[in-house]
Amino acid sequence: MREYTDAELAARCRAGDQEAWRELVERFSRYVYAITSQGFRLTPEEADDVFQDVFTRAYERLDSLRSDEALRPWIGQLTRRCCLDRLRARARERPAEAEALEEVADEEALARVEEALTVHDALATLSPDCQQVLDRFFCRDESYRTIGDELGLPGGTIASRISRCLTRLREAFEGRPEAPAASREQVTR
Amino acid sequence: MSRYDEERLAELLALLPPAPRGWVEAAQELPLARVQLDGLVARAEADAAFRAQVLADLEAALSAAGVEPRPIVIESLRRRLVR
Repeated sequence: MREYTDAELAARCRAGDQEAWRELVERFSRYVYAITSQGFRLTPEEADDVFQDVFTRAYERLDSLRSDEALRPWIGQLTRRCCLDRLRARARERPAEAEALEEVADEEALARVEEALTVHDALATLSPDCQQVLDRFFCRDESYRTIGDELGLPGGTIASRISRCLTRLREAFEGRPEAPAASREQVTR
Repeated sequence: MSRYDEERLAELLALLPPAPRGWVEAAQELPLARVQLDGLVARAEADAAFRAQVLADLEAALSAAGVEPRPIVIESLRRRLVR
């Protein structure tokens, strides 16, 4: 199956395509997870709730998305709002923490997540072998040995493949088109 | 030198670990869960005794309908039954 653009994916989900929905969740799951855990430092239980809430709202409100091209910033803003809602609920349960609520988003961490997502896009343009080895080593924190055992390759080969693929990633990243900027205007409630 | 050398790119890659598989799969099943939820709600609206039974134990009702009783699904069902 060819990979759909974000806009195509949004349109297909709106038309009731279940496979497209699965792909949408897969595509944005790391992004949503990173915002909840790094940008807002939610507990795993809170992050799980927010994760489901984000995709529930996304599913219910896809019709209100102004531009299908803005799917990513829309999901990003939806996630921020869900995190804040969760923190407000926490503050109601534990009023002593309420005063810190306004400063709870780590904007630097959120900016790094956006940057990381752009790198991830560049990763998706590499060969499947490169995608796999870089994802396993850097994103999944697997050792040379684990990767080597899985792929049936010696550790030294894994190390050199990682080095070669990182160089390709840099080349792909430097040649990438500019990503659309996130906009608060895209979020509807 | 580029601001994005290999080391920087590696650091940024590490910022996007996969979400727990169970979370992803639950979110992927949302459309199906909604259909099953719709069925439960429709039956509850037509049958007061069934509605009371569902409200008494939302988790059990969801499990019996084949829906994983995650907190957000339980809350969604509760809201739909009490509004």
